[in-house]
Parts: sequence; structure tokens; C-alpha cells
Amino acid sequence: MTPLPIAIAAAVASFALLVIVFELIRSRRLRERYALLWLLTGFVMLALSLWRGGLNTIAGWAGVETYPPAVLFAVAALFVIVVLLHYSTVISKLADQNTILAQRLALLERELEEKEA
Amino acid sequence: MTELATPEVRRGDPRLVALRRIAIVPALNEEECVQRVIDEIRAFDPDLEIVVVDDGSIDRTSAAAAAKGAQVVRLPFNLGIGGAVQTGFRFAFENGFQLAVRVDGDGQHDPAELPKLLEPVLAGEADIVVGSRFAGRGGYRSSRSRRVGITILARVVSLLVRQRVTDPTSGFQALNRHAIALFAADYPHDYPEVEATVMVFKHRLRLKEVPVRMRERAAGRSSIGALTSVYYMIKVLLAIVVAMFRRNAVPLEER
Repeated sequence: MTPLPIAIAAAVASFALLVIVFELIRSRRLRERYALLWLLTGFVMLALSLWRGGLNTIAGWAGVETYPPAVLFAVAALFVIVVLLHYSTVISKLADQNTILAQRLALLERELEEKEA
Repeated sequence: MTELATPEVRRGDPRLVALRRIAIVPALNEEECVQRVIDEIRAFDPDLEIVVVDDGSIDRTSAAAAAKGAQVVRLPFNLGIGGAVQTGFRFAFENGFQLAVRVDGDGQHDPAELPKLLEPVLAGEADIVVGSRFAGRGGYRSSRSRRVGITILARVVSLLVRQRVTDPTSGFQALNRHAIALFAADYPHDYPEVEATVMVFKHRLRLKEVPVRMRERAAGRSSIGALTSVYYMIKVLLAIVVAMFRRNAVPLEER
């Protein structure tokens, strides 16, 4: 069974993540589209840290017999990897769009200069 | 139970003719449809300015619209419906339009229904009028899952804005200058109409729904698949709940 202090610490951290993400959306610093993965992470981590019996069972499936919280860390790491991968695709798209914008702007400037000349 | 006929604006109504008015037509890959939409809008009101916002189409949507003499704003890449429609509101605001209607470029909004949308705005009863597929008797056919989704959103939105809203995803709308100024400053992203309804409520603008008929999509492809709609559903629900706790945006100032 997960030691109680670890369960409490994990639950508090997950809850803090949820609160922070909500506040970031509310203050328009984070779009809903990019917040959903974080919220999912927060909810899953919160559930796993509070529901210690469940974590034990999952640890049993995974063959982790000595230390169930290891599963908690593994799940957290998995989510972080997924979020990072998602952001990599988002950044790639932004970079492409940025190129298009710079090109459009440069062409428009040239056109404008030509008309003024 | 008898249903009252919806009041309608007649062609050439003096209250309408006195206003600078514009139709905002967002279009994505609608080269086959957009010309018919433009013709139909003109059939109702030949002096209605038309701006087609081409949301990064890969076909000849822009050329088709320009050939009909519409104003065309071509976005350099796809912004999504929210960004495209807001471009139209900015255009309307910056060019001093006092009245805007939104008619989608895919032909599902029938411009023959515009008179019903315009009446409450011209009568000064509402700042934004939304054409609802479900408010009247109408027999709008739509997939079951979609209908369930719209019903859930309608319930949640009605609860939040303390007003019965039957079709919160409808983009068939008429807006006065107040609503144009608000949406030009701040407009939500995907499935923007749902969150926009909450914004309208928070800004104390008056929203009214009128029953309209809508058509099945004539051409082009729907932008929403089955699994994506569940994702959008969750995102929109999150967005409207958060929107209730948000500080209000400042509408654009008149210069």
C-alpha cells in the first residue's frame, strides 16, 4: 500500500496543478485547447493518489510488488511525455504559420513600396 | 396551440435601408457554393455589402467570390471558424457598418430567412438575433449524436445565461453595432457561438432566438467528425464554464 504521506503529497500536487491550469485559462494565458491535456493529467493523478487500493491493483497488474507509488511516477512521466510531444507538434505548426506570415508581410511591403515609388 | 408568425422585415424597409449593413460570409473550400450564397443574399437586399472571409481555402473560393463582386478577405492560413468570423466582425467594425448578418458560405443558412433575423434588431429589441433550428416546429434533420450534443450544450448555456437557448451552435445571426464592437474585440475559437452566447450575457447585451429553417449542406464537407465532436463537446463545456468566471473584455472603442 502507498504510504499515506506520499498519497497526500501527490493529491495536493495534483489539485494544485488543476487550480493553476484553471486560473491560467480564466486569465486568458492558456487556451482551452492546450489546457485539456493538463487537466486530464491532473484528474488522473488526483484519482490515483487518493484511491490507494486502485493504485495497488494497477501496480499488481504491472508486476510492481514492492513499491506501488512507482506506478504513480510512471503514469505522471507518461503524461508529461504526451504533453511535450503535443507541444512539439503545436510549435511546428506555429513555426510554419510564422514563415507564411513573414513571407506575406515582406511581399506586401514590396508591393507597397512599388506603389509609392 | 397556435404559433404566432414571426415578424419579418420587408425588402426595402426604411429602417433597413437607412443603415450601413454587411453580410459576413465565412467560407472554407466552398467554390461550388459561395456564388449561390452571394446571389441569394443579393436577392433579399441588393445593397447589402458582402464580405467573404476565405479561411485558407485550397480551392478557388476567393476567386469565385470576387467574380461575383463580393469583398474578399483571404486569410494566409486556416484560422478556424472563430478566427475567420472575427475577421469579418473586425472588417465590419473598422468600416463603420451598423448592422451585420452572418451567413455561412456552405449554403446551410438560407438568406430567404434573413427577414426574420433582422426584425428584432431593427425594432431595437435585441443586440444579437440567432436563427434557431429547434425553436419552432421545424423539421431539421441531423444525426442523433449531434442532436444530443446540441441539446446538452443548450441546457448548460440556458442555465448559465438564465434564458432559454435552443440552438447555441447556430451561426446564422444578425448583430447591431454594439455586438459587432464586442466580437471585433473578443471572439472565441472553435465552436465559437456557444461561448459567444455566454459573453453576450455577461456583457448584458440582449440576445433573441427566432425559429428558422436551415438546409442540409449542399456541397463541401462538414468540418466535424464523430470522435472530434466529443472532444469539442468537452472543450466547449470547459470554455463556457471558465467564461463565466472571466473578466469582461473591452469592446472596441468608436474612433
